[in-house]
This record gives sequence, C-alpha cells and structure tokens, in this order.
Amino acid sequence: MAVVEFQGKSFEVDEDGFLQRFEDWTPEWVEYVKESEGIKDMTEDHQKVIDFLQDYYKKNGIAPMVRILSKVTGFKLKQIYELFPSGPGKGACKMAGLPKPTGCV
Amino acid sequence: MAKHKTPLLDQLESGPWPSFVSDIKQEAEARAKNEKGLDYQIPVDCPEDLLGVLELSFTDGETHWKHGGIVGVFGYGGGVIGRYCDQPEMFPGVAHFHTVRVAQPAGKFYTTKFLRELCDLWDLRGSGLTNMHGSTGDIVLLGTQTPQLEEIFFELTHNMNNDLGGSGSNLRTPAACMGMSRCEYACYDSQELCYNLTMEYQDELHRPAFPYKFKFKFDACANGCVAALARSDMAFVGTWKGDIRIDQGAVAAYVGGEFAPNAGAHSGRDWGKFDIVKEVVELCPSKCISYEGGKLAINNKECVRCMHCINTMPRALRIGEETGTSILCGAKAPILDGPQMGSLLVPFVEVNKDDDYQAIKDIIEGVWDWWMEEGKNRERLGETMKRLGFAALAEAAGVPVDVRMVQEPRHNPYIFWKADEVEGGWDRDINEYRERHLR
Repeated sequence: MAVVEFQGKSFEVDEDGFLQRFEDWTPEWVEYVKESEGIKDMTEDHQKVIDFLQDYYKKNGIAPMVRILSKVTGFKLKQIYELFPSGPGKGACKMAGLPKPTGCV
Repeated sequence: MAKHKTPLLDQLESGPWPSFVSDIKQEAEARAKNEKGLDYQIPVDCPEDLLGVLELSFTDGETHWKHGGIVGVFGYGGGVIGRYCDQPEMFPGVAHFHTVRVAQPAGKFYTTKFLRELCDLWDLRGSGLTNMHGSTGDIVLLGTQTPQLEEIFFELTHNMNNDLGGSGSNLRTPAACMGMSRCEYACYDSQELCYNLTMEYQDELHRPAFPYKFKFKFDACANGCVAALARSDMAFVGTWKGDIRIDQGAVAAYVGGEFAPNAGAHSGRDWGKFDIVKEVVELCPSKCISYEGGKLAINNKECVRCMHCINTMPRALRIGEETGTSILCGAKAPILDGPQMGSLLVPFVEVNKDDDYQAIKDIIEGVWDWWMEEGKNRERLGETMKRLGFAALAEAAGVPVDVRMVQEPRHNPYIFWKADEVEGGWDRDINEYRERHLR
C-alpha cells in the first residue's frame, strides 16, 4: 500500500486514494486530497458535509445514504456536486476519511 | 512473440465460434506493430498482460482483480468501473484496468464513421479492447488507466457529442428493442421513448441519488426482445386495445403452404405441412381463436395479446390499431431476497409523443418519489414492493387498483384495512365492550 507524506503527517492509502484507516484522518488529510478532488478552497459548507459524514460513520459504522446526507445538511444533490465535483462517494467520503464505497458501483 | 505463454487460452482458438483469444492476440499484435505511429497513452502491451492474467486465472481457478475500485470523472458519480490487478508486478499492463461505460444509441444502430472515431479514441487512450455491448446496453470500453478518464470524457463529449452511461445507485443506461425501426410488431416507438426518457433523466443517471440501482427497458411488444420484464425495475411492454387485424387471403396462403409459418424460423427441420388448427388455434392460451370454413376468427375480448398467432402468421395477422404500453415493476436478480420478474402496474397507457410522454413520466416520478423516501439502503424496487406491499406502489404511482394487477387473489386472510374504511375506526373502549360481554 502506498504511503502519502504531507505536512509532516503520513497517510496509508489504497489505489483510489482512500484512507486505509478512518483513525488516521487529520485535518491535513483534507488539505492533501482537495486538489485531486477538484476543490480550490474549503468552505464552511464543505466542512459541514465532512463533519456530518464523520459523525454518522462513528455512530452507525456506515456512510449515510445520499438522501440522508441531503436531508440533514440541507444541501440538495446538485449543491453537493458543486461542493464536491466527484460526488458524495468518491469526493466527500474520501475527504472525510470514510472507507471506500463498495458494491455494484 | 507473445509476452506470456498461454497454453490453456490457446485451446480456445480452435473450433468454429469466433475466438475472443484470437481477437485479443490480433489486437496485441496490431499495437506492437503500431502502423499508425500512435503515442499510446497506456502500456502498449496491455492486451498481452490481460491474456497473461487470464491464463493465470485459468491455471489456478481464481480471479486476479482486486476488490472494487472508485474512479470517475468530475461532475458524475458513476460511469466508470474501476479495477486493479492483484499481480501488478507480473502484469504491469493491467495494473489499472478500468472500464468506461459509454451511452449507446437506442437499438444500437451505428454508422462506421462513429465507430471509427470511437475506435481511434480508444486505440490511443485505452487497451483497444471492448465489449459490444454490456448487458444493460452500454458500449463498454474495457481497460484504461485513471489519468486517461478525464481525457476520454473530454474527447467523447467535445469531439463525438457522446456521454457516459450509468453505474452506481442510480438510473442505469436505458435500452430498447429495435422497435419501429424494423419490426411490424412494434406497438410504440420504443427507441424514441428510450431516448426521450434517457435525456429527461440525465441527472438521475449521472448522479446516484437512489437507494439502489434502477433500470428502464423498452419492449415494443410482448415478445420482449430486450427482456424488459426480467431485467429492468420498470419495464415498458407495448400492446394494443381492440382487434387483431386479420387478412383472410394471407391466412389462406399460410394454409395453402405459400407462406412459411413463423416466417420460416423452423425451416431447419421437417415439421410437416402447416396445420393451422394444431399450430395456432389449439395453442392459443385463451382458446379464443377459431378456424372454420377456411376463415380465421378471433374473439378479441378474450385475447391476452400473447403474440403467438401473430408470430406464427405475421403476414396474415397484425397488431391492433389503438396501441400503447403496459408498465411492469420490480424485476431483479436473486440478491437479496430472490429473483423477480416485473409485476403489472399499469395495464395500458398511451405513448404520446405530443405531450412529451407526460402520462408515463408522472407514473415514473410517482414511483421514484415513493421508493427514494421509503426504500432501504441497497433495496431494489422489487424488494420495497415486497416489503411495503403492491398496493403502496399503486398508490404512489397514482394508478387505480385493477384486477389485472394480480394473477390470483390472496388465499390468506391477513387483510389490512385503513381506519377510515372501518365504521367507528380503531379507537374502542374495553369498558364499553364489557358492558355487553362479562369477563
């Protein structure tokens, strides 16, 4: 597995650039990933999505369904794509440090 | 000289059927020669490494692709199936081997110009290998690397005016039978409806917003040439109201042997002279056909429009004039709770291009609104129907309950009533009851 060094931190990632362990997440991870996910500047809205994903994951052990993400954050799917161009799975979940989405994708 | 020895795969080059092994080897050779002088953007020996890894899988009987893979293009949540080899050092050419789903034209009619352009794009930026087509219908570009995805997407959209197909928990690429383009059975323009709904629901196709995947398929008659009934969550199956059109002269021609039954489909074997009673009248599932005095008659009120008589005598029998489609919901493969075929939701709805198919879109959106709210994570529509009941689906779709929605009525008495359907409702006082019934 590849190891990424960034601002004095190191992160173990898979081929798709997802963190191998949720516990390894630090705010530097977001800074490191954002460019490859097409994001220039992190805003409060970005943070709100990331915070919710992390809370939900800690509480439930899975990522929330898209519908729940929209409902709780108040962001429509269109707005989520404006924030995270590769979408809630590849974009937001990756930045939040959640495990890679699986299944028939 | 091949890069890897492939003794097991080589055996699949013999025999009469077109050999995928010979074809892949041919592509590998063409890339090695590179007569066009292309600056290949992924390893030139990608197809050879694919044969290598496949041979390894043949040897040990196990797949050599890692689990999953999340790649894509900005703006979309699906369209690309990421894949990585679990022996990247042995087979560097397929270390990345992502699949790109490309939206196909309904009915899969092409010009060579389009296909040449697509091949030019894929030769440069991909493996040169494809699947024509994926079972959902997409053009499948088989094997490329992550940095090429945006490049391919840019060229597809800017130079070829073509988009990606669907993947993930969303509306997948819809597909249709060839419909009116070259079939006299077509009850509606399945290609047009397929195209229209694909364009209407681009957002739902590119950005996963559903509990799970959802597929449309369009069959222009009950023969089911895209198998909509078995392979789509929402199947559109063409049908008609009113009478089958009969040409008695042509019926006589079948009986006389001038026209071959089933358009000659059984000519490979001697089944004897065509016997209209045995092959049509007696095989009719509702027994509503008679043939007396050289005249074929159909009691259309009893006809279930199964297509058998029309299929057998296509030159004598035609679909009715008032055509439309039925809509069936819930087909899916076995996982999780067993396989399902579509269940009839709408017996007949007009397919009306003039109002942009509004009646059909209302039904689709009613079903989606319900399933998006009620469906559990990774629960297909068919499973939501099972869990919450068919009546809930009909209500969501805004469709009146109809006897045609069941094959037979329920045999168990576990019948739910709504409180407002029952006089007095559910709020009862036990003391009032005790006044009449001592404890």
